[in-house]
This record gives sequence, C-alpha cells and structure tokens, in this order.
Amino acid sequence: MGLIRNPKDVLSGLLFLVIAGIFAWQAQDLSMGTAVRMGPGYFPMLLSGLLGLLGIIVLVNGLRFPGEMPSGIAWRALFVLVGVVVFFGFAVRPLGFLPALGITVFVSAAGSRLFRPLTALLITIAMVVFAWVVFIKGLGLPLPLLGPWLGGY
Amino acid sequence: MELLDNLALGFSVALSFQNIFYCFAGVLLGTLIGVLPGLGPIATIAMLLPITFGLPPVSALIMLAGIYYGAQYGGSTTAILINLPGESSSVVTAIDGHQMAKQGRAGAALATAALGSFFAGTVATFLLAVFSPPLAELALQFGPAEYFSLMVLGLIASVTLASGSVVKALAMIVLGLMLGLSGQDIYTGVPRFTFDLPELADGLDFVALAMGMFGISEIIRNLEDEHQRLLVAAKVKGLMLTKEDFRSIIGPVLRGTGIGSILGILPGGGAMLSSFAAYSIEKKISRTPQRFGRGAIEGVAGPESANNAGAQTSFIPMLTLGIPSNPVMALMIGALIIQGITPGPNVVTDKPDLFWGVIASMWIGNFMLVLLNLPLIGIWVRLLTVPYHVLFPAIVAFCCIGVYSVNNNNFDVYAMAFFGILGYVLVKLDCEPAPLLLGFVIGPMLEEHLRRAMLISRGDPSVFLTRPISAVLVPLGADPAGGGWPPPPRRPSSRASSRRSCATRPRRCARRRSPWARPWAATPSAGASPCARSAPCC
Repeated sequence: MGLIRNPKDVLSGLLFLVIAGIFAWQAQDLSMGTAVRMGPGYFPMLLSGLLGLLGIIVLVNGLRFPGEMPSGIAWRALFVLVGVVVFFGFAVRPLGFLPALGITVFVSAAGSRLFRPLTALLITIAMVVFAWVVFIKGLGLPLPLLGPWLGGY
Repeated sequence: MELLDNLALGFSVALSFQNIFYCFAGVLLGTLIGVLPGLGPIATIAMLLPITFGLPPVSALIMLAGIYYGAQYGGSTTAILINLPGESSSVVTAIDGHQMAKQGRAGAALATAALGSFFAGTVATFLLAVFSPPLAELALQFGPAEYFSLMVLGLIASVTLASGSVVKALAMIVLGLMLGLSGQDIYTGVPRFTFDLPELADGLDFVALAMGMFGISEIIRNLEDEHQRLLVAAKVKGLMLTKEDFRSIIGPVLRGTGIGSILGILPGGGAMLSSFAAYSIEKKISRTPQRFGRGAIEGVAGPESANNAGAQTSFIPMLTLGIPSNPVMALMIGALIIQGITPGPNVVTDKPDLFWGVIASMWIGNFMLVLLNLPLIGIWVRLLTVPYHVLFPAIVAFCCIGVYSVNNNNFDVYAMAFFGILGYVLVKLDCEPAPLLLGFVIGPMLEEHLRRAMLISRGDPSVFLTRPISAVLVPLGADPAGGGWPPPPRRPSSRASSRRSCATRPRRCARRRSPWARPWAATPSAGASPCARSAPCC
C-alpha cells in the first residue's frame, strides 16, 4: 500500500468526484443564466464544482495520511435486505399487500446469521396479522390484500 | 399577560382528547424505539410520517415531537442498563450510568435521568414559549439574503453532527443539496437531474431517502456484528433517590438544562452536542473528577437534562424561522410541508393553535414520560431482552409499508433500496449521512433564496455583507473550523473537540488517536448512534 495510505478517504474522494461528474454532466444541458438572473443550471454547477473540490481534498488527504481499510462488510445482510426491499416494491401490486409483506419479512430474517426458519415463520405470522389489524383495519390504507396473481382484483 | 393567554390556548388544544392520545402514542413509540438499540428517531419518524398524513397538522406535529423527546428518555434506559446507547445523545450517559448499574444503583440512575429530563423539559418548554414569538417577529424582517446566510450558517454548523473529518461532512452537505435539487426547477419548470425517469419529475421522495439512509442501511450495519446483549440488572430496584442524591444532582441538572437550552437553539446543535458539553463541564467543575467514569451520579444528571433541554429548544429555529437545526427537525419540516403548512415566522401568527398546542403538548408529554418510565421500567427492561435478529425483519416491513404508502408508488420503494446501499457505502467510508439529510431538505430553499437575493441586488454578491443581519451571520459561517460555532466542549469528553483539532491540524491528528477511553467501544455496538460507531477522528 505504498501510494494509498487511507483507503477509506481515497474511496470517498473518488466517490465524491464521480458523483460531482455525473451531476455536472447532467447539468451542462441546463441554461446557466447570469448571476443576476440565475438559470436552472447555475446553482447545480456551483455545487458540482464544490463537491468536486471537496472530493479532491479528501482524495489527497487519503494519499497523505494513513488510515484503515473499510472492514467487516455484511454482504449477506446487504444482499438479502436490498433484495427484499426491491422485491416488496415489485410484488406489492401483483401479489397483493399481505403476501408480499409475508415473503418480505420471512426472507429478510435470513439476513441475520442467527436465522432459524421456525423463528422467522413466527415473526412473519405475527407481522402479517399485525399489519392487517393496524394498517388495513386500523388506518384503512387502500392496499389490495391479494393481488391479481393470486386471484384478487 | 399575552403569554398566559397563549399558553391557555395551547393547553386547550393539547388537552383535547384526540391530541392527548396522539401525544401519548408519540411518547410511547419514542420510548420504545429509544429503548431498542438499532433504531434511531430519524428512521422512526420517517417510518411513521405516512401515518400522520391523515391526521390534522396539530396532532401530527404533537405526535412526531413526542417521538423525538420520548426517544431521549428511552435511550438513556438502554445506555444505563446494557451500556449500549440507544440514541447518540445518550452516549455519555452510558459512561457513568452503566457503572452505577453495575454497582447496583440502576434504579437511582434511571430515576435521576427521568427527573432531570423532566425538569429540563419543563424549563425548555417555557423558554420556547417565551422566546419564540419575538424571534418570529424578528424573522419577519428577514429578506432572502438573511435567509440564505442563515441557512449556510446552519448547514456549516451541522458538521458538528458528524464525527470524523470536517471535509467529508461538508461534502455530504453538498451532496445532500444536490440530491435536493432533483425535480422541476421552481422558476422555469425545466426538469433537472431526473435521469429521464418520470417518477423523479417531482423530485426525490424525502421519506424514501431518509428511510433508506437511516433505516435500511442502519439495519445492515447492525447485522455486521451480532452478539448477545448483557443485561446488568434484570430487576431494577431502588428507584427512590436519597436526600444525598438529590443534593448532588440539583447543580448538574440546572447547569445541564442551561447548556442544553442554549446549544439546542443554535444551528447544528440539539440533543447530542448538549449532552457531550454538559458531561465535560460537570467533570471539569467537579471537586472529585476522578469519580467520573466510575459511577458518578452527576455524570448522569447533567447530560440527561441537557439532551432533553436541547431536544426541546431545537424546535425554536424550526418553528420560528422554518430552518431545521438537525435532521429530526428537517423531518418535522418535511411533515409540515406535506400538511400544507409552510414553516416560517408566519406560523406563530397564522396558526396559533398549532404553535401553542405543540408547545403545551411538550410539557404534557414530558410529564407522561416520567409516568411511563419510572413505574413501568420493568416492561422496558423485558423489551431489552428481545434479540435483534427477531426485531429487524419487523423494522424492514415497517420501512417498506411506510415508504410505499406515501404515494402508493413502487418507485419510492426502489429509491429506498438505492439509498440503503448508498447509505451503507457512505457509512463504511466514514461519511455520516446526517448532514446529507439536512442538506437535502434545505437545498431547494437555499437555491430559491440565493436566486431571489441576487435578483434583488442585481447580481451584486456583496448583498450578503451589506445587509446588517446577514453581515453578522456570514463571518460566523465562514469560521474555518465550522465547528467553531458553537464552541465545542473540551476534550476528553467530546468528539467534537478532537474533530476540530483535526480540521486545523490534520497531520498531527492523523497519527494520534483520541486518548479518550470509550467504554462502549469495547463492546461491539449494535447501537443506533452514529457517534458510537465511527472511528474517533481521522
């Protein structure tokens, strides 16, 4: 690790630079206007420049001062949780509220290393009943209980 | 007395059956999430925001406020009993509170925390009632230049919310500002940063962002190291304080209340900073500083009073200026805007029932909290024994339901997943998401005021220096350390100070880690607190 002394800072610096780049690229089509009459592109360009500058500072700091590697990434939790959230967004209409919720709860329990199918099942049942009582009966959210895929409407 | 009339109006609103119910629901939920480590007030408020849409604005705000200060109470219970701060603001309470619990004085520590908080809450509510109306009147004279300067000051001061590098915190603010710009341009209607997605035409959903960053990514982080929690006192006894205890906590409670009240008003302040400052001051003026860290009751009384006072007074800038001083207040502003109320100085005059009702409810809520926390402590203790791997699937479910039900839109759920990943990546890189959320809420307002100010001054940027109020604010914001306002408490009890020195002397700080002994760092923390988790300084 001769050049990169603080991987966390170097990575965050690069991340800021990339984001600044994306925003600047998106903002170049917007009219800048003048300082008196600022166009829609003026403030975003200003911010992109600022973020780029800060990104460079963080990057340079990361090359100069020692630091740690990012550690202990919870890959399992990351994949499982992001997966179930996307699944919920996808399934809540075709499958219906309660089935989508049940699957979401059960699968998300697998994000923990202490996952036990039976416990997960109990949590799922409890959560589905709770959601039905509170959100459907209590708060009256207009969500279809069963979606078209399961013979609902 | 106008004040009394106003307070009478406030109590008549707050004491209606419906509002008492929502106040109770708020403090109960707040205590619940405060007790559970791994779920902070930001995520909870974001999660419950959709539920409040159907309520009248007064009830909605009363409930959300209850969640916020309820979480302060609940967080201290966890800090004392299992040495895991439930909230970032109770990090310092864990130091002495947990030692007291180990010595069999858990009851005394809990009672001190509850009574100190109640006293502080009462005083801060009173201050809120006295100082808000004149401040709102002053704010009516603010033009765009003043607002712009004030917001910049608030944003820069918010780097005190983050522990770690100042440059990164500033970058997070800018990133938040940029994310806040997505959607249609207010003047021309041109879509900006929508990436050709029709769902982004109205801008990114605030709830999705907050829940992804503070809900989903927080859960992933907590699942990194799962461990059994050690409960010190299965049964809490001796809730009564002795005469001696009372004598030793009076001073710290009064000082903590004062510190918290002042720091809460300042931009970037609030509960967390107040508790750090109060602890360091107590330790400094104590005649027996060596007792601190070994179960000094003053070390519980001071910070606990301060964090509650700070939590209450941070409503002052939110209600009078419409400017959030911390992410929780940013969420409150989001809630008000969704309710169709523009937060700002006009709220006091146009919606007196809302303004005074919320203030009165705070006192009622604080009173309820004492009742909830002391006699019912057994229930909360039992709750602490529920393992995290049983709890978090329910939290995921609440996040999904909450974010979907805002607009009945699956795009928001995907956005939450995206911000969950982004939030986790940023946390792994030691970039705290709290300033980002603040920037996100302030972004559109900041741009609007900047453009208006420049239009009025005909493009002359010196307007920010020639208008008197703005001229005072700009140099404060330009303070190179950023955290120089408010004055950061001294080492060894505050991360703020080591961060400040980090800003000015990066080289030295990089080689030396904070010497401050952090008891909670020894246990792999599942806590929600940003501060307990991240590396000390550089």
